[in-house]
Amino acid sequence: MPRVELRNIRNFVCQGVDLEILPGELLVLLGPNGAGKTTLLNVIAGLVGYEGSVRFDGASVDAVPAHERRVGYVFQDLVLFPHLDVMSNVAYGLRAGRRSRHEVDERVKELFELLAISHLAGRYPAKLSGGEKQRVALARALAPHPRILLLDEPFSSLDEQTSRFLRAELRQLQRDLGTTTVIVTHDLTEAHEVADRIAVVQDGVVEQIGVYEELLCSPRSQKVAEYLGSPNLLECLATRSLGHGLVEAVCGRLQVVVPHSGKAIRRVVVLPRDVLITLPRPQSEVNVFQGTVRKVTPRTGTMLTHVDVGGSELVAEMPTALFESMRLQQGSEVFVELRLMKLTADS
Amino acid sequence: MSAQRRYDRLWGAIPVVAVLALWELVTRLDFVPGGTFFPPFSAVVLELYDLAVTGVLAQNFLPSLRRVLIGLAGGAVAGILVGTAMGWSKSVGSTLGPIISLLYPIPALGWLPLLMIWIGINELLPVAVIFICSFFPICYTTATGIKSVDRRYVQAARTLGSSDTRVLTTVVLPLALPDIFTGLRLEAGMAWRVIIAAEMVAIPTGIGALLMRGESLLRVDTIIACLLVLSVMCFCFERFFILVEHRITEHWR
Repeated sequence: MPRVELRNIRNFVCQGVDLEILPGELLVLLGPNGAGKTTLLNVIAGLVGYEGSVRFDGASVDAVPAHERRVGYVFQDLVLFPHLDVMSNVAYGLRAGRRSRHEVDERVKELFELLAISHLAGRYPAKLSGGEKQRVALARALAPHPRILLLDEPFSSLDEQTSRFLRAELRQLQRDLGTTTVIVTHDLTEAHEVADRIAVVQDGVVEQIGVYEELLCSPRSQKVAEYLGSPNLLECLATRSLGHGLVEAVCGRLQVVVPHSGKAIRRVVVLPRDVLITLPRPQSEVNVFQGTVRKVTPRTGTMLTHVDVGGSELVAEMPTALFESMRLQQGSEVFVELRLMKLTADS
Repeated sequence: MSAQRRYDRLWGAIPVVAVLALWELVTRLDFVPGGTFFPPFSAVVLELYDLAVTGVLAQNFLPSLRRVLIGLAGGAVAGILVGTAMGWSKSVGSTLGPIISLLYPIPALGWLPLLMIWIGINELLPVAVIFICSFFPICYTTATGIKSVDRRYVQAARTLGSSDTRVLTTVVLPLALPDIFTGLRLEAGMAWRVIIAAEMVAIPTGIGALLMRGESLLRVDTIIACLLVLSVMCFCFERFFILVEHRITEHWR
């Protein structure tokens, strides 16, 4: 699988992008709408013009047309050919490559089994559900053995449950196949679940690239920090293993249980949207603290509520409607719950 | 056929039967002023029968059919080829586009005097008129259809290793079929309307010529019988293309 390098890419959106995608890694391009994420995929695929250089394993592909770059591309709207059934959609790239009928049949069968879509072979895209279309689009992109796989917001049109299931499946599939993969998303949770590394793209440039924890704990700029949601950082004084992949971290006067195994924890990181505020005591036994509302900052559609918890300040982001229904104000006594699976240990 | 479709068809036939019955009634009861020139529907059917059994209908209908088929086939093939080139290639589109736009609005029969001088009054004349009548609209709808195919399908095909020619033949043309068939369907009916007019004006054989003979002999039943044949042929040709389009695209539309 190739190492993909983008050097000083410039066009109508990109403003000098430098990016290196390691062989076999799954890189997520994360950023707001209009940041240039899809354009970067199109640059790699050779679908748009650009200045600069794109290299696969050190060899420039700038002069190589899209149909010779051997890139698998799953478009945002999937773009399954509506006039072809599932079998023909998946076989399309193989037939374009003039493979023998036997080769085509073998590869299609292999992908049908891999993605569990054998039962859909004769159906047309119009008769498929969102999740089924997703699998067929992935099978079609993988069929001609692409050197690199590009996926543009592949889960955006799916319901949360299907999306979560497919994310896990895609992650496993990518690990099994070892295909260098780039996924575009604007959802931090989605990025966290699937990525080896995340590149934050804003205003046509890659602002920062790193693993999830690195981005959350050490955002390179205010812009990145704001986009990622300015997480709560709880400095750890001591940690104690609870077994089963859990660690109890002492952060000031708070004792926080964190999913973690391995090295000692320096900080516990939690995004404001993953801090829950309730008036009655929650049923959970762990990570529930009593606190006092100190400050409220309105935002578009949400409220940032600053709560003093045992001398530490935690910021919670909640929908304005919910905030108003709870009649919270400065001085209100509340309970704060940190959702266990949303806590990140920075070691 | 589902019960609902049978019901719809039956319901659609009722107005036709009602109009024919009314026609028969008012002409039989002499409710129409100058009734001599408005025969009852049954008289028209009898005349049609007479024309059929005496062979007159076949003598005139078959040449018209042949002209329509040759002219329409030629115009459709040329229109689809040129329209595809115009829709697919920007340079061809920008070169031929203005010419097609200028010639497209000229009514097919407007070409008739010019063609009579250039070609003469022979079998080629009605074929040429139908060719022209079919070519421009089919060319236009094909080019529009090709251009309106979502570019993302083209991009998807390219990333899958498809060359330009293969993208055109396996993705763009199939997806443009609905537009192409719209052009074919409309022009199939138009071809019959044009051939009748051309035969009335310039050609001594065909349904149009038979219609003119009816006029000169004041045989209103013959005239109406010819118009019925024209109406049925327009309907059949249009239905044929609807059927073919439906067969091709029913799975994915």
